[in-house]
Amino acid sequence: MAQLPFFPHTQEDVARMLERVGLSSLQELYSDVPQEFLYRGEYDLPSALSESEVKASLEAFAARNRKLTVFVGQGAYDHYTPSVIPALCARSEFLTAYTPYQCEISQGTLRYIFEFQSMICALTGLDVANASVYDGATAAAEAARMCVASTRKRNRIIASEGLLPCVRKVLEAYARYGGYELLVSDHPLDALDANVAGVILPSIDRSGAIVDLEGAADAVHTAGALLVLYCDPSALAVLRSPADWGADIAIGDAQPLGMPLSYGGPYAGFMACREALMRKLPGRIVGQARDAQGHRCFVLTLQAREQHIRREKATSNICSNESLMALWATIYLSLMGPEGMKELNAACYRSSHYLRERLLSTGLFEAAEPGGFIKEFVLRPRTDASRLHKYLLDKGFFAALPTEEGRVSFCVTERRTKEEIDALVSAVEQFAEEEGR
Amino acid sequence: MSYYEKLIFELSKPGRRGAAVPSGTGEVKVPFGDGAKCWRSEAPALPEVSEPDVVRHYTRLSQLNFGVDGGFYPLGSCTMKYNPKVCEDVPALFAGLHPLQDEETTAGARELLSGAERFLCALTGMKHFTFSPCAGAHGELTGLMIIRRYHEMRGDTARTRILVPDSAHGTNPASAAICGLEPVTVPSGPDGLVDPEALRPLLGPDIAGIMLTNPNTLGLFEKHIKEIAELVHGCGGLLYYDGANLNPLVGVLRPGDMGFDVMHVNLHKTFSTPHGGGGPGSGPVGVCEALKDALAQVDGKVSAFHGNFGVIVRAYAYILMLGREHVKELGPFATLAANYIKESLRDKFKLPIDSVCKHEFVFDGLIDDGGREGVPAATTLDVAKRMLDYGFHAPTIYFPLLFHQSMMIEPTETESLETLDECIAVLRKIADEAAVDPSLLKSAPHNTPIGRPDETEAARHPILKFTAEA
Repeated sequence: MAQLPFFPHTQEDVARMLERVGLSSLQELYSDVPQEFLYRGEYDLPSALSESEVKASLEAFAARNRKLTVFVGQGAYDHYTPSVIPALCARSEFLTAYTPYQCEISQGTLRYIFEFQSMICALTGLDVANASVYDGATAAAEAARMCVASTRKRNRIIASEGLLPCVRKVLEAYARYGGYELLVSDHPLDALDANVAGVILPSIDRSGAIVDLEGAADAVHTAGALLVLYCDPSALAVLRSPADWGADIAIGDAQPLGMPLSYGGPYAGFMACREALMRKLPGRIVGQARDAQGHRCFVLTLQAREQHIRREKATSNICSNESLMALWATIYLSLMGPEGMKELNAACYRSSHYLRERLLSTGLFEAAEPGGFIKEFVLRPRTDASRLHKYLLDKGFFAALPTEEGRVSFCVTERRTKEEIDALVSAVEQFAEEEGR
Repeated sequence: MSYYEKLIFELSKPGRRGAAVPSGTGEVKVPFGDGAKCWRSEAPALPEVSEPDVVRHYTRLSQLNFGVDGGFYPLGSCTMKYNPKVCEDVPALFAGLHPLQDEETTAGARELLSGAERFLCALTGMKHFTFSPCAGAHGELTGLMIIRRYHEMRGDTARTRILVPDSAHGTNPASAAICGLEPVTVPSGPDGLVDPEALRPLLGPDIAGIMLTNPNTLGLFEKHIKEIAELVHGCGGLLYYDGANLNPLVGVLRPGDMGFDVMHVNLHKTFSTPHGGGGPGSGPVGVCEALKDALAQVDGKVSAFHGNFGVIVRAYAYILMLGREHVKELGPFATLAANYIKESLRDKFKLPIDSVCKHEFVFDGLIDDGGREGVPAATTLDVAKRMLDYGFHAPTIYFPLLFHQSMMIEPTETESLETLDECIAVLRKIADEAAVDPSLLKSAPHNTPIGRPDETEAARHPILKFTAEA
């Protein structure tokens, strides 16, 4: 059997090492294991493949997926990834490093996390951000815990029905055994009382509509609770900031910041809060420091919140987060800058409004939710929604996703060209024609 | 090259930009900033930099970092093995796949996930896996949710406490607390192992189960596992296997065969996906047949979509290369490397428990720390910092909490004998330096981009974001 390219041990090496250890075989390394537990059979795995065979095998999997033109968001948005990002994120000094415990040789990681935190603060208007959590949905669950931990003797969280389904399901899973009660409501501010620790509202709801948050913070704060806003960080470049709305905590998924769809991950959740809540924030936080020579440097800080110090009393169990994806978002925002982000949102705005008008003019839909939107919207179909969806699928479009309340959801990012949008409309018209027959 | 100190914000100059964006389709007037209350009135304070600025800045930042590709990373319990490069090429094949796409359009991705499930079942002896968890601690939480569901589905709601040995990773008790379980500490015996006699009085109808790391964080195999399993199962509890230390068992024995009911696997440790400076990871959770229904209740509900799919693709590719032939070498090579380092250094470092170790082991500081009247002794922290000077990453330090000067070393199976010998030589040299003059260690590191920072001051007056004045 040929040696595995990443196992460097020759027979001679093994013999020398065994000799130093004072054993005569590799099996003896397991002499402390009850021998009945040793697995003596053949592992039910394929025979080892070479690199070229591995590639071919993975390409064969990929070929069994259908390449579609994506006109759906619902928590994962098909924005363009500038080539700079994968090139820099693939640098192995970033890629193959661990959590920056040894700050003297981890300044690269620590610096970009500090930049990430700064950019999340710039977008949300809040004081403090962490180094990321797994995704937007788990950020919501962590925020719920933060609210309960930051208020006295209150253990109910109200979540808006308007949050994305993928966020609501995770909130529900965490709440079930989390020691607090979760109430999902379509009128969350009407359910406020002295037992409510926090209210989680979307800044853009699951239909894509921008939510009017006037008065929300006052109502929540008057009731003694905290306001959490779930946000699309890309849209925050043009939307009024969570801090300006009076939010205490802002959360969301950084995926819209140029992360490929990748069948759902890896993405990165972000969390930001007011300074007063800083010590309740979960996860890694990087702070500025000085070294012995007076150089500005960066370190993991406020670690007394974390599981490796506080164990069961920690603010969260999170350890590894999504560091490399935070780098991804940081590079994206650096490339785009404030102007680029504004233009990107403008492109989404124009194209999505263009699609909506053209779809309405087919006569197959009625306008649904009122309210402004940037890239995602729903329409009320005058036809069978799932038949329309499947028809478009056959034509190569992932579009008109049926929603819980019988609407169909569309999303148009800056990646969708006029040709693609017009082709989608043609397919819808064709469907209408065939249905009419 | 001199120390590069800038933040991206400090390269900013109004008017610069690093990306051009299409203008979109249609003529509708864009209302951003028109004074309506939903828009922001001022642009966010993001940097304004050119593409070459961005590329050079992050390239220079990367040069301040130490990764596995740059050198040996014997960080205990973190399994910093080499990450094959082909695994980095394959996730892009799935980049355009939307997570909510209809099943008939995602056959390849779903087949890959079920293939990964089959592989993990074969390797661990579990029967079913969920891939929703995005990291090890996330897997722990998911596994505990499954345990709670299992008891609940049987109408047994009294099991609100979970046993956690004192040597466990901090995530274990933290995950238990978040899942509404009260962690009950099981003290380790003098041999560093869980003593069934110490366990017995803690058992009862309120025990949901036990979270075990086997081998434990001392690198020692919990050899009473059979009796522990019988005791915990006997009281109606379940056994949770913390997969952080799975590496030495791969190809040798399987948690499922030792009586474990639930476990997580850290794909970013055992199955060689890169750690990325602290994620993304992936922590799939496996269960035995009896917990199939409880798993189904939790599957898909702990993260937004299908977990960190891109990480799973990498691990799948890695297991294909390992194959049934090389898998049997993995655990033994990792274990041999750890024992080789341990036996080569035990005359210089205190070995608190003398036993054959698994993939890692723990020293309790130097035998001769150089401390004497007026000369403060060299500590584990000092040794760790001095290692950085010699081009090695430090071990995990001050964990486990069982000893005061813990230094946990895990070499993995991908390091050559030559690398191990170099590391041994360096640690012997550092031990000799300490014996002569501990101050050399206390002022280390000397050859790194920065020296030791003042972490106390950083925590006392936290500066957590860039401001133009700071």
